[in-house]
Amino acid sequence: MKIKKHILDTIIAHAKKEAPLECCGYLAGSSGIITQVYALANVDKSNEHFSFDTKEQFAAMRDARAKGLEICSVYHSHPASPARPSQEDIKLAYDPDILYTIVSLAGEKEEVKVFRIKSRKAEPVDLEVVDNESI
Amino acid sequence: MKIKINGREQEVSVTDLSIAGLLKIAKVESAEMVSVQLNGCFVDKADTDKTFVKDSDEVDFLYFMGGGV
Repeated sequence: MKIKKHILDTIIAHAKKEAPLECCGYLAGSSGIITQVYALANVDKSNEHFSFDTKEQFAAMRDARAKGLEICSVYHSHPASPARPSQEDIKLAYDPDILYTIVSLAGEKEEVKVFRIKSRKAEPVDLEVVDNESI
Repeated sequence: MKIKINGREQEVSVTDLSIAGLLKIAKVESAEMVSVQLNGCFVDKADTDKTFVKDSDEVDFLYFMGGGV
């Protein structure tokens, strides 16, 4: 997955802003490059769980569609654990077509990793950060 | 009839097509974990088998998104 640098910075900032609670949102783009972030409410308001607000979810989908973008990934933060899908993340990954991005704040430096989760198996996906001006 | 499913127009030959039936046609896995809007209005999960689509309807569905540590 390719992501513009300012989008990556935005989701890391979102994770830091919401910490110690988990943050969440959608990432959208076109031609395989993430260019748009939708920071959504975590209705669980928890440091261990997240759930999207369904109305916000549909609103983000419609906005992306109106802009000619595709929702490519869902992101959430792990404020105090590594950037890898938890058992619950895997269990609740119902959408087989979306990528799952995790922002970890557990280490000295924040870490972002992307996974494809299908049939309860998580596989890492390469994340390439592209300059804001390069595309 | 022509229906827009998640923004994409599709020709559907099935008559008396319910939302539940449409989700099957769309090969939705874990249909109980999707939220559905018909022409912009939420369809209650309990009503998906008794809510029917008609020509030119717009159906959108999104999977539940959640997780945890």
